[in-house]
Amino acid sequence: MESLTFRHSTTKPAAGTKPMAIIGVVASGNLEVLLERVLPPDSCEIAIETAIGGYGDVWEAVVADFVARAQPGGLRISINDGGARPDTVSLRLAQGARLMEASA
Amino acid sequence: MTDWRSEKTARDARIAAGRAHAQGKVVQATSVVDLLEAVLKPGDRVCLEGDNQKQADCLARGLAACDPSKIHDLHMVQSGIVLPEHLDVFETGVAKRLDYSYSGPQGGRIAKMLYGGQIELGAVHTYLELFARYFVDLTPNVALIAGVSADRDGNLYTGPNTEDTPTVVEATAFKNGVVIAQVNEIVEKVPRVDIPGDRIDFVIEADKPFYVEPLFTRDPAAMTETQILIAMMAIKGIYAEYGVRRLNHGIGFGTAAIELLLPTYAEKLGLKGQIATHWALNPHPTLIPAIESGWVKQVHCFGSEVGMDRYIRERSDVFFTGADGSLRSNRAFCQTAGLYACDMFIGATLQIDLAGHSSTVTQNRVAGFGGAPNMGSDPHGRRHPSAAWMKAGHEAEIVGDRALMRGRKLVVQLVETFGDKLVPTFVEKLDALELAKKSGLELAPVMIYGDDVTHIVTEEGIANLLLCRNADEREQAIRGVAGYTEVGRGRDRAMVQALRERGVIRRPEDLGIEPLDADRSLLAAKSIKDLVHWSGGLYEPPARFRNW
Amino acid sequence: MRIVTDPGSQSWYEASARQRVAGLVDEDSFEEFLGPAERAMSPHLPLFDLPRAFDDGIVVGRAKLDGRPVLVAAQEGRFMGGAFGEIHGGKLVGLLRAAITAKPAAVLILFDTGGVRLQEANAGETAIAETMRAIADARTAGIPVIGLIGGRAGCYGGGGLIAGTCSRLAVSEQGRISVSGPEVIETNKGAEEFDSRDRALVWRTMGGKHRRLTGGADAYCADTVAAFREAAIRLIGTAPAFDLAMLEAEQARLEARVKRFGDCRDATEIWARLGVNDPDAVPAMTDAAFAETVASVTEASHDAR
Repeated sequence: MESLTFRHSTTKPAAGTKPMAIIGVVASGNLEVLLERVLPPDSCEIAIETAIGGYGDVWEAVVADFVARAQPGGLRISINDGGARPDTVSLRLAQGARLMEASA
Repeated sequence: MTDWRSEKTARDARIAAGRAHAQGKVVQATSVVDLLEAVLKPGDRVCLEGDNQKQADCLARGLAACDPSKIHDLHMVQSGIVLPEHLDVFETGVAKRLDYSYSGPQGGRIAKMLYGGQIELGAVHTYLELFARYFVDLTPNVALIAGVSADRDGNLYTGPNTEDTPTVVEATAFKNGVVIAQVNEIVEKVPRVDIPGDRIDFVIEADKPFYVEPLFTRDPAAMTETQILIAMMAIKGIYAEYGVRRLNHGIGFGTAAIELLLPTYAEKLGLKGQIATHWALNPHPTLIPAIESGWVKQVHCFGSEVGMDRYIRERSDVFFTGADGSLRSNRAFCQTAGLYACDMFIGATLQIDLAGHSSTVTQNRVAGFGGAPNMGSDPHGRRHPSAAWMKAGHEAEIVGDRALMRGRKLVVQLVETFGDKLVPTFVEKLDALELAKKSGLELAPVMIYGDDVTHIVTEEGIANLLLCRNADEREQAIRGVAGYTEVGRGRDRAMVQALRERGVIRRPEDLGIEPLDADRSLLAAKSIKDLVHWSGGLYEPPARFRNW
Repeated sequence: MRIVTDPGSQSWYEASARQRVAGLVDEDSFEEFLGPAERAMSPHLPLFDLPRAFDDGIVVGRAKLDGRPVLVAAQEGRFMGGAFGEIHGGKLVGLLRAAITAKPAAVLILFDTGGVRLQEANAGETAIAETMRAIADARTAGIPVIGLIGGRAGCYGGGGLIAGTCSRLAVSEQGRISVSGPEVIETNKGAEEFDSRDRALVWRTMGGKHRRLTGGADAYCADTVAAFREAAIRLIGTAPAFDLAMLEAEQARLEARVKRFGDCRDATEIWARLGVNDPDAVPAMTDAAFAETVASVTEASHDAR
């Protein structure tokens, strides 16, 4: 198992007021993403536990793109990864951000 | 004095030699080897019918069992290298030279034999190209073909998998060749005459029914959200955008997902009747829900598919069927239809380079081409307009006299940025080039050349190559949808952003596609059994796809 | 544009544990205990270098079903095959024990499991035993325990044992109920006895239709969340008492079943003996046609369990 944590500053808070959402399942080629609105609105944190080590640079790129696109200010995002491909990770992150856009 | 009938005389001699092992035209399965050894001559050009699906397997076993001291150095000219026997004949020395088109299941072994020099390779063709050469410089001396049944006069019923048979027989029978057919049974009267008996010289009742591979059955249970997302983008960003009604689909999961989204997603977008009405396509089981929902006007088929026979019989408004009710397919005609009468080809590939060239060749497999390059190319001989074709043409053309502008075939590559085991689809250099070098091929086995490709769709977005104005833009448009592959991460971000602003690259959000919709609940059928239910019980899937 | 799909029409087989719960109970009524944010995860899996899940593969909580309070547990069949580990099992046992004081109208268990997690087998086996004990206690206290089975992993191993102790079971065609799974039988007895790759054989022997026809399950539903909801509501109303008379009736029912069908070599023989006209047609039958067949078979209905 490999643990990775990325912290980014954001220009705006994540949309919506939902305090928490979870999407996806830990399975082969799949992952779960837990999103919690617990940080100051100008920052976000993405913590990853992955079954497949050695792809830190790809995770970094996927996370940076997501943050640039979604501006998830205030979110702590925790990932349990069963070895998902980068495109699946991107999709789950986008889906998670959409779920948080709902009102509480 | 010149003998203008030497071929005819030789043919008569072959027939006479063969008759020693026959009663009339009928030959016992036990006499196949004797017949072949009597009819064939060393160095003959032989077409052993190996289609995409239907296989003359009894004759293939017979040929592989021939004595190489009697029959040797044959030149095999056949579309499919599918059965082990198709390559065994090169190991025994019965055959020496090969011109073919597709070798999917034997792709690994054929690569080894090519490197090892056991096969003298003419060329790997596209289907239409090989069929064309049957009539010019690769005309068979002997054709070994397969059908469902025949009568004692040789009238042949091919069954729904007519495929290559009429083309092979046409080229052989009318140019002094000998045609030998294996059939599952000899009957008093065939259900329909696909090949008239005067073109068939010998008929063999095979020891077991010919083998057919279910090549086009994609289990909806295995479809992923990424494939669904890509399918949604293709429908909204290409089918709807260009109003594509006449089309051909590849055989991968991506296009199967599109077929299953027509009655759900595309229906909700109000596209019924506007897109995907006329098809050149094998009878894909995944098309059943779209057919049942009234999306599909008609389908012409290259071949059939295992389990679809009853369904097709009951849907003759959609499919081409004979007076007996069963499907009539024809690979040569359907390939021509795909090339000239369809406005779009959309399919997958294994590798795409920075210029958009694609290939299914990997380091140790030579899968051949089949028909994709025929469908996946812009036919310069086309002269009829259509809205989709003209729109694509307008996008491509920026200079010159608009009055002389012509259309463009849409050639769409639908790929995930990573394939199995995280192998990247996008590469700097195709493996095909390495293979060509290693095995001394004059022509690298490129499936679809970059200049024919109009769009590349991945989970990251759509790259519209028609709108690229130079090689740099093209490269960045491709990098811009190549996701997190090395090629994708090597993009020029500013240029990709500029291309996006121009609509050359479109992301799911640019198309108004909601990531939460990329869910299996959007599939019209989620399992093979769902397809059976959609068909009203008419589709009969093969055992390996059933859990009931 | 969001393409909205009616949650009730969603496939049970395809849905995640969370989606099943959300669609099963009254809208927005579910309140989770030990949710993912609490991060009650397996302490054992990291030792095996395996990824964990925030909920350890089971969702538990309370909700309303048709306006009445229920407790719900849903296994996630895609995480480690829905297998029982220490936390996973502990959450289920805790929920069942809480039923004694919470006194809900029922406890619903949404099974989706291959049995016990190999990496934490002792804890898992203990959890199976504790769960069965807790179910007996809940039922003794008059609280029906309803099992709903139609997930990807089926209901195998200890899950099959637990299902046997429930008041009532609902199953869909996709659902499979058994203790030893197909591969286990093949490994121990050989492929001649049971070919685990013969998917038709597996479903014919362990699948929802067979279990329903022989009374192994008490309701058969279409593979939708709405159908399972309807079945759950109905089964709560028909749950039997948990007393000596019922246990004796159950014992008699099972003995009679062995006597009547013990020599059958295939499920189709059993169906023929049950009086099904065309046993070979059963696997391909639509849900509606199958419902008619069930109605004609007396063994499918009983007062025991």
